[in-house]
Amino acid sequence: MHELSIAEAILDRVAAEAERHPRGRFTKVGLRIGELSGVDPEALSFGFEVLVKDTRWDPLALDIQLCPRMQYCRGCDCKFRATDSQTACPQCGSPATECVGGDELDVVFMELEEE
Amino acid sequence: MTQVKVEQKVLNENQRLAAELRLRFLENQVFCLNLVSSPGSGKTSLLERTLAAFSPDTRVAVLTGDIQTENDARRLQRFGFPARQITTGGTCHLDARMIDKHLAGWDLGSLEMLFIENVGNLVCPSSYDLGEHAKVVLLSVTEGEDKPLKYPSMFSKAELLVLNKIDLLPHLNFDLQLARANALRVHPGMEMVELSCTTGQGFERWMDWLQQRRKRAFAHCTPA
Repeated sequence: MHELSIAEAILDRVAAEAERHPRGRFTKVGLRIGELSGVDPEALSFGFEVLVKDTRWDPLALDIQLCPRMQYCRGCDCKFRATDSQTACPQCGSPATECVGGDELDVVFMELEEE
Repeated sequence: MTQVKVEQKVLNENQRLAAELRLRFLENQVFCLNLVSSPGSGKTSLLERTLAAFSPDTRVAVLTGDIQTENDARRLQRFGFPARQITTGGTCHLDARMIDKHLAGWDLGSLEMLFIENVGNLVCPSSYDLGEHAKVVLLSVTEGEDKPLKYPSMFSKAELLVLNKIDLLPHLNFDLQLARANALRVHPGMEMVELSCTTGQGFERWMDWLQQRRKRAFAHCTPA
């Protein structure tokens, strides 16, 4: 359960962005969270809410885009979604595929109202 | 309403510190491993046996993380190499800042190898880069064969899987083949070593992997 640390890191990003927009009121933070990131979106949302409550950021919403694990098969030159950690290529059956997505833990955008 | 594009890692600050550590390890030719597992899989035992196998002139050091107690550092200091405890006081993982802080006072130039023993946890440590060359995940045969499927994040990020406590296999229903297959499913091509820290069975393969991996870490560097 490290989602509170992650939530703190997100607020650090917001604080950094706020320096560039001193007159802005931040309303939303857009995130990209991969299924291999080790972060549980629900626990993160809860931690974020607790952290923001009654601070100068309140209210500040999270907009989470979930990213599935994607694998690439060199043999077939195809990209596919690894459902249930199944990484073998669905076309040729090769087990030797590479992970090309699912590790995301990014702040994508922020929304603010400028006075 | 204005939308500003940010496109940054959430753990931006940790990534920056980890990159600094990685550079320091490279400049000083220190091979660094980050050991991760559930509590009780044998990270400290693996380190004890590894340190015992090193000749006294090996320039190795250990940072060991726990939520509470200095027990592991005490266990590891008995081998005559520098070992420091990182007590996180509740935090379930190590981060790059803790590593940086606890390296203070150690001359990296006098080291060739650094082991970081993470807090026993298969989830949270997977999110934090410590500047290491590789993560090594331990799975003991008293756990379930499906652990790689339950914790795909960690098993897909670790380079090597150490299957520990194999001396206990005759007393268990653990299916080694299934455990290997599950690991390969979440991490195609994952390297594996099976060993027992109690009997030493399979240990030379781990020591070989260490030497080979260390060579590979600096293969592109020309000696100063």
